[in-house]
Amino acid sequence: MDALSVKNLAVTYDKQPVLENVSFSVPEGSLTGIIGPNGAGKSTLIKSILQLLPTLSGNVEVFNQPYKNQKKLIGYVPQRSEVDWEFPTNALDVVLMGRYSHIGWFKQASKKEVEWAKTCLDKVGMAAFAKRQISQLSGGQQQRVFLARALAQDAKVYFMDEPFSGVDAATENAIIKLMKQWKAEGKTVLVVHHDLQTVEDYFDHVLLLNKTPIEYGETQVVFTLNNLEKAYGGKIAFLQKGTASSQGVK
Amino acid sequence: MTYTLWIILTGCLVGLTCGVTGSLLVLRKMSMLADAISHTVLLGIVGAFFVSHSLNGLPMLIGAGIVGILTAFFVESLHSSGVQSDAAIGVVFTSLFALGVVLISFIGDQVHLDTKHALMGEIAFVPWDILEINGVSYGPIAVWMLGIVFIISIILIWIFYKQIKISTFDPQFAKLIGVPVVFIHYLLMTMVSLSTVAAFDSVGAILVVAMLIVPGATAYLLTDRFFILLCLSGVIGILSAIVGYTLAVYWNVSIAGAMACAAGIFFLFAFLFSPSNGLVVRKIKNLRYS
Repeated sequence: MDALSVKNLAVTYDKQPVLENVSFSVPEGSLTGIIGPNGAGKSTLIKSILQLLPTLSGNVEVFNQPYKNQKKLIGYVPQRSEVDWEFPTNALDVVLMGRYSHIGWFKQASKKEVEWAKTCLDKVGMAAFAKRQISQLSGGQQQRVFLARALAQDAKVYFMDEPFSGVDAATENAIIKLMKQWKAEGKTVLVVHHDLQTVEDYFDHVLLLNKTPIEYGETQVVFTLNNLEKAYGGKIAFLQKGTASSQGVK
Repeated sequence: MTYTLWIILTGCLVGLTCGVTGSLLVLRKMSMLADAISHTVLLGIVGAFFVSHSLNGLPMLIGAGIVGILTAFFVESLHSSGVQSDAAIGVVFTSLFALGVVLISFIGDQVHLDTKHALMGEIAFVPWDILEINGVSYGPIAVWMLGIVFIISIILIWIFYKQIKISTFDPQFAKLIGVPVVFIHYLLMTMVSLSTVAAFDSVGAILVVAMLIVPGATAYLLTDRFFILLCLSGVIGILSAIVGYTLAVYWNVSIAGAMACAAGIFFLFAFLFSPSNGLVVRKIKNLRYS
């Protein structure tokens, strides 16, 4: 079954088309990397699927049901720079926010929920920082708090917006570990990704995007020099290993 | 109760109500919107007077609530159609305030509502404006208005606590998990408008900004917990009122002015000596390491 299916999505900003004619379907249990040049609309795509941005047209289904009925199945890791890290709260509290819609809006978090949030922090190696004020965390640690919050959501389809950008090795490992765990549990993950060199290691599916999908499918089929050149317009700096290089990229 | 106690109680309620609601705007980095609303509610008050022909509490609260929401709405609309947000605030707030000033002159001598009063307020007159029902006196109207607005605000914050918290910290995630982010935004704007109009008579449009923003900004320097920040803002508001009143009596100066100054002094102290963020404390720590 398709975990996510997008049909004819279009987004404009100041009357300029940012995304047009976006249609693709993501099979359940897949790990998809969304790649494309700067300004290709990768983050915009995620946000418009999640209805965080107004769309011109388009239809999004999650497990064959309209998106708005399936919100509880969605987990999201936004870009770190998009929230106010000076906000007066601690790491554990941020993770608990991932449970708000489960706890109920007018109830206190039960002990069980708090324990679950702690477990999630532990899974990303942040158990020791539960009570730490979030502004005092490093960039990588903040990213891991976001991962723990997504984990706490216990969703079926996860979206991550450039989780790897500017993080330390520990965080990178935590993200990879988490993606593998989610895949093993049959969850579906879509990740906006920048680093072409790691695409083949991390993802089994690739969405090549440049305002409109260039290609979508399994990594070894889609992630080819030919397709990359189509998406990037010949602006690929270098690729050192894997499929693309074996086809002779300089 | 004596004249003095009524004034202090009014001042404390101004500090408490404005401190708590204002701190939410400080956290949302919308302090200037508080400034804008505090001025544009004048239009609401004048409008309410034209409709109801009195300076009664309820029509004024409704008028202020409507204009407060309109202010936030106009600012938002201008901003989303490409005007910079500070310019949008500047344009909306001056135009609506100016309209209020123009309309005030039509009222003329019919009632005690003039520009000076609107800007500066006069807390010393509060104890004489008494709520009387069937000849029984129930204390100053200002105290009743402030008390009611405070209770409404606390109930709303209590009900929507989580929604307010998450939509302030991470509005996109809030939207994703089904928080009515826009509703919460306008709810807060309404609360600020109500607090402003309730405090208006006592401290006026300019100084009410001090009571809205300074306690929240001070508490922000002193704590890193959301709930404590809300409480602390209220406490600092109350302390500002008490200290301000004492200073005003001692030096025989404007009470509202002294209250705002006291709030400013508290902020300065927090800025210099806050255990976590204070300038002096940080300097000392740096010296110790070097």
